[in-house]
Amino acid sequence: MRRSLIGRSWANIVAVVLFVFFAFPVYWMVTTAFKQNSDIISKTPVFLPLGGTLEHFTTASGAAQFWEMVGNSFIATLGAVLGSLVIATLASFAISRMKFRGRKAFVLVIMMAQMAPWEVMTISVYMIVRDQSMLNSLVPLVLFYMMMVLPFTIWTLRGFMAAVPKELEESAMVDGCTRAQAFVKVVFPLLAPGLMATSLFGFITAWNELPLVLILNKSTGPGSAQTLPLWLTSFQSTFGDDWGATMAASTMFAIPVLLIFLILQRKAVGGLTAGAVKG
Amino acid sequence: MAVQSEPVRVNSPGRSGAQQPPKSRRPAAGPSLLSRIAPYLLLLPAIVATLALLGWPLVKTVLLSFQNLNRRQLVQHTTEWNGFDNYKQLLTSAEFWHTTGRSIAFTAVNVVLIMVGGTLVGLLLNRLGSKMRLFLQIGLVLAWAMPIVAQTTVFTWLFDSRYGVVNWFLNQLGWHSMATYNWYSSQLSTFFVIVLLIVWGSIPFVAFNMYAALTTIPNELYEAARLDGAGSVKIFTKVVFPSLKPFFLGTTFLEVIWVFKCFTQVLAINNGGPERLTETLPVYAYIEGSGNSHYGMGSAIAVLTILMLAVLMAYYFRIILKQEDEL
Repeated sequence: MRRSLIGRSWANIVAVVLFVFFAFPVYWMVTTAFKQNSDIISKTPVFLPLGGTLEHFTTASGAAQFWEMVGNSFIATLGAVLGSLVIATLASFAISRMKFRGRKAFVLVIMMAQMAPWEVMTISVYMIVRDQSMLNSLVPLVLFYMMMVLPFTIWTLRGFMAAVPKELEESAMVDGCTRAQAFVKVVFPLLAPGLMATSLFGFITAWNELPLVLILNKSTGPGSAQTLPLWLTSFQSTFGDDWGATMAASTMFAIPVLLIFLILQRKAVGGLTAGAVKG
Repeated sequence: MAVQSEPVRVNSPGRSGAQQPPKSRRPAAGPSLLSRIAPYLLLLPAIVATLALLGWPLVKTVLLSFQNLNRRQLVQHTTEWNGFDNYKQLLTSAEFWHTTGRSIAFTAVNVVLIMVGGTLVGLLLNRLGSKMRLFLQIGLVLAWAMPIVAQTTVFTWLFDSRYGVVNWFLNQLGWHSMATYNWYSSQLSTFFVIVLLIVWGSIPFVAFNMYAALTTIPNELYEAARLDGAGSVKIFTKVVFPSLKPFFLGTTFLEVIWVFKCFTQVLAINNGGPERLTETLPVYAYIEGSGNSHYGMGSAIAVLTILMLAVLMAYYFRIILKQEDEL
């Protein structure tokens, strides 16, 4: 594998340029959040902010209902993820371990549901939720977010479940376990990493969701059921040109997801994404 | 196909008494009833959820598209069916066809850039030494991991007319008319920002998958090609591309579907403006339906969009099902 020094450094230079291209917006978001206002609106951008300030984070987190929206986002997201995990564990066990009529059809439906056009179904969802008098509530959000992440959760859990050798389960059953016990005692513990990874990706999807909450939960003020994406998109209109606060808000919004991604990086790269993960 | 459970030799749980393992091969005399319906019981919650939360909204979209449903009907809770009026009006309006054309062009530009860019970055990852590869991967993960809403606020800030770093940079390069350029003042420049945002956010996924796929090509293939005197371009077209063709097709269609129904970026950057000139179909449906309170019309746009997506998805599944015979 001889490669000329020039050939190699050429690739390295491109890599550095690409690194800057991809990482710069993230860097700019975080640094702007910490910059003094004078640095943010200076004629020449300040690329290395040294005198940092936490003022913008105080402004952003002090905004009306910020903590309420954080709570709402967590409730909607966690509720959706937990619900879909329970349902998906049952379903993926069936499709990875049992043979039955209609299995293939179910798998196909799941694959299609994974690409459901939620973005254009918002009007009908709005009508359905309105007819149930459930507008401005977290319940429909939990339910529909659950449905948004369910197909992906089933699909990936099925993969993890198929990877657990059938013999383990069978030997547990030979030792006197029922099939359910064999699952709970043998398969489930081995699924832990899979469950974890899947739920984190579900978390990201639900955490990011905007179109539905935009149309369902319009009412603001105390007790509103709005979530952080909504808060962040309307942030600019509220705070005008306060870019420091806007970037601080974006940073706070991005941190949970960035952490998850950094933890999951390896899994994200290896196959897990083969079908359907998009940040 | 007979219903049969996996090779469970043990008695099924929950049945009293010893049910003998059936000796006959008749399908009806399978294991106990419970274990025969077990898979369906396990699937029941998923099926109910899918029907109620996905199937019903889909049906409802179609139903709404045949109704005259504006603010008045909404407030009064009345249902006025109007047959194909919404569709007739849409299919004869220039606005709808312009938006459709725009959506298709928008998707094409994005997907070409994403696929070409992602493939090149993936090839580069494969070529780099391990340290540089990790370095570039960190940059890619940062972009990939950014929540979409945060991405859009950051890009609005980068392209801010007065203090945005992009305008400053262009000015430094000598393009002085860009010093306080308002990127959201014209259709083309707004689209430029949106496309850059989507391409920036989508390349990492393709690049990572491309790299993962490349590592599955055995080294011997490259070496053999190199011994035969093939250059980099030839290696790509004769070795890499043929082995990864399913990957290319699958990913391309996935990206086409994703970009075509992409909503958040287009809406959040400039609300489909200026003057509704950057509305793509999903945003058009939303603004017509929710923004202008023409819910029936919005649903008709949604149905037509879903039909277009269905065609794309049919192609996608044909590709996928060819590869996945094990399902």
